[in-house]
Amino acid sequence: MTKVRLGLIVNPIAGMGGRVGLKGTDGEAVVLARERGAIPLAGLRAEDCLRELLSCRDQFDLWTGAGNMGEEAARRVGFAPSLVGEQKDVTSAGDTEAIAARMSDVDLLLFAGGDGTARNVCAAVGEKTLALGIPAGVKIHSAVFASSPGEAGRLAAEFVSGGHLTEKLSEVMDIDEDAYRKNLLKAVLHGYLKTPWKRGRVQGLKSGSPSSDAEAQSAIGEEAAAILRAEKTTLFFIGAGTTTRAILTSLGVQGTLLGVDAWFDGQLVGTDLAERDLLRLMEEHPSNATKIVVTPIGGQGFIFGRGNQQFSPEVIRRAGVKNIVPVSTPAKFLALGGAPLLVDTGDGSLDLELEGYVRVISGYGQYTLYKVRRG
Amino acid sequence: MSIEYGLKDFDKKYRSYHQARWDEPIIFQLSQPGERGILLPEAEPEVAAAGSRIISDLGPMARKSPPNLPEISQMRVLKHYLHLSQENLGADETVDIGQGTCTMKYSPKINDRLANLPDLADVHPRQDESTVQGSLEIIYKTEQMLKAVSGLDRFCLQAGGGSQALLVIATIVRAWVDEQGLADKKDEIITTIFSHPSNPACAAIKGFKLITVYPDEEGRPDFEAMKAAVSDRTAAFLVTNPEDLGIYNSRIREFTQMVHDVGGLCSYDQANANALLGIARARESGFDLCFFNIHKTFSAPHGCGGPGCGAVGVRENLVKYLPAPLVSYDEEKDRYFLDYESPSKISRIKDFYGVLPAITRGYAWMKALGPHWLREVSRVAVLNNNYMFKKIMAMRGVGAPYASGEFRMEQVRYSMQKLKDETGISVSEFINRMFDYGMHLWTSHEPWLVPEPFTVEPTESYSKAEMDEYLAVLEQVLKECYETPEVVKHAPHKSAVHHTDHDILEDPKRWAITWRAYRKKYKGYFEPR
Repeated sequence: MTKVRLGLIVNPIAGMGGRVGLKGTDGEAVVLARERGAIPLAGLRAEDCLRELLSCRDQFDLWTGAGNMGEEAARRVGFAPSLVGEQKDVTSAGDTEAIAARMSDVDLLLFAGGDGTARNVCAAVGEKTLALGIPAGVKIHSAVFASSPGEAGRLAAEFVSGGHLTEKLSEVMDIDEDAYRKNLLKAVLHGYLKTPWKRGRVQGLKSGSPSSDAEAQSAIGEEAAAILRAEKTTLFFIGAGTTTRAILTSLGVQGTLLGVDAWFDGQLVGTDLAERDLLRLMEEHPSNATKIVVTPIGGQGFIFGRGNQQFSPEVIRRAGVKNIVPVSTPAKFLALGGAPLLVDTGDGSLDLELEGYVRVISGYGQYTLYKVRRG
Repeated sequence: MSIEYGLKDFDKKYRSYHQARWDEPIIFQLSQPGERGILLPEAEPEVAAAGSRIISDLGPMARKSPPNLPEISQMRVLKHYLHLSQENLGADETVDIGQGTCTMKYSPKINDRLANLPDLADVHPRQDESTVQGSLEIIYKTEQMLKAVSGLDRFCLQAGGGSQALLVIATIVRAWVDEQGLADKKDEIITTIFSHPSNPACAAIKGFKLITVYPDEEGRPDFEAMKAAVSDRTAAFLVTNPEDLGIYNSRIREFTQMVHDVGGLCSYDQANANALLGIARARESGFDLCFFNIHKTFSAPHGCGGPGCGAVGVRENLVKYLPAPLVSYDEEKDRYFLDYESPSKISRIKDFYGVLPAITRGYAWMKALGPHWLREVSRVAVLNNNYMFKKIMAMRGVGAPYASGEFRMEQVRYSMQKLKDETGISVSEFINRMFDYGMHLWTSHEPWLVPEPFTVEPTESYSKAEMDEYLAVLEQVLKECYETPEVVKHAPHKSAVHHTDHDILEDPKRWAITWRAYRKKYKGYFEPR
């Protein structure tokens, strides 16, 4: 019987910045972190994950980065992994990327790190390899991480044992660390990783929710597309995300996954638009209403201010706060655990105006009244 | 001896249990050509002649070949089904209060005898109504009692279950909207995320847009969100109260008033009525429609998706939309009759007049109790629940989100998120270990807004000793989670069946709920390769 192939990459410096008051370990910050006495934590997180896999160890082969990039953690738990790459004392983002590229044919790639690590993995394997993050970094804005290292291990164990998991594309986000250290939050959507997904946190025979996230997105796409078709004189800006992309798919056009597209009178009138492009389009359509279609990006429920900064305060104000059309799958609401949707446009008074309750398209003919608060 | 857990003169807090395990084939696999349960005598010539006439009258509708039924003797049939029942954990066998939301109360055996009396069990729905006056009287008088319990004006007892009752309600709302020519203007139905899923499902079937309101911090439907949801487009508001959190929405009249102010209808899903019998009514809460589950609140058994009875009640102005026939009483002639006179705007929801055995059981149960003890049912159900609530909240790893410090109604939705964080054991794994002690524990409806949820509803039926035994099992399994987690993770160890893949039940490509489908989809699957 062919064994499952599991890959593990540990970014040994991930998480070191947090406890010494740094906001990440990108660039030179890792040197500073070490000077401040930071200790490597990512390996320990990976160990927590691997322990959950001990009971099914006979069912998979483990491949890890050499040395502190996975091998040491695996050996400490009792695994004898096959190695990828060479052992180094000082590692970099390039090493993560190189090892991930070499592991792109594994069945499931686990990586311990933060947003930066997710970004490196994403750059190397794109959407072709099933991957799951073990949360170990200071910054966790991406939606590709399990809620804890143990949870990552349990999900992986279920995958190895042939459990019924579905797959979904999850956002890889990262912020500009230099800006973050100056208390400026600029989160950018870098891409998507294919992650394993346990349906609605498992069973429930009286269930009424769609059986997969893709199905839910498609239902939302149909509902929103009907609005876009009906309102021929409205200029629509479609924000980034897989849920919003489903709208354009329903309309029979190929949208931009990471950027903002524009739709007017039955056709796509712009793709991957920057703020100035959006303002220009609004100027070209002075007598038309503008609506902004957005979906929560990342795991924290931001509809503005993370990954879609093209929707600047000026763009939003000119469209009007009443012309925001949020869309979200039920799974995203569930992941929020009762927390509100968030806005952080960089303009405090606009954020205040955006607060309140919004009608979110959450399925075909289905809307959810949901609370919005400043992030 | 453990006095604390109530099993007098028994030195354990809970019982040891092991389920029977039979490698039981499917009945079709037991079939032997030519084997028979009953050998019928040859038909007399007159009968045979009459039979052939009927067959020839069927023309092309007549079967070309006999049905593929299993051929098996009576005794083997008996043993087969007895084996299957032993591999189950039925209501008469276990303390099933962990099936929260289902109101698993005792269904008195004497009522089974009543329902099985030949005068009731052997009647045919096409009999002339003059020959079934007793059956009609039971339906009519059950309706009168439900009118008193709800304050509404007329009930239809046709629906065979709660979801079918909700379909009646959504159909009434549709007919009411259409009749007024408001189909384009009133196209939205509001519900809450914790209302039972058949509410939005039935509304969607009837072509309405759904607006879902989430709870506030205290677990009640968010009043401000409701204000934002209600508009001139609102056709109806469908809600459960208390919802499955067990928290009563005491502002319910403000909610219903808000909907009435824009000309909409309000429907009360009374699946959780066991908390409120004789205490709060649909009418005073401002509802125009409601439904009760006779098969849970009023003691008739659930019957695994039917046959039950979902009794739909309405105010006077909506009576004309109820599916005909209703059962009415002609005082002058002193007779009960099937009333087709109602200018019903919707077609019947089920064949004939409803599930008479379920209605009979509910009728007998209510008659035995009377108004005072019906109210006592709810008081004891709420008391029992709060007794368990206090005990469970003291257990390690368990919590109950929302309404901190408040008592609950007849059930509580708890969370094992803390347990999962501390041990890695999920509620889905936990429930498998409960089976090893002969107990049920159910998680909850999706979506799991309460993380790692489970719902406990002791009803009025269970004694303190039984609740204590259940609590002892719960506590024991929690202890195992912390001390011997592997035992829990690999449970059940004493059940007929180990793990099943629930997702199969939601995957049309893989589900097989009939023998024919099973053979088609899994042909050769279990054979040696």
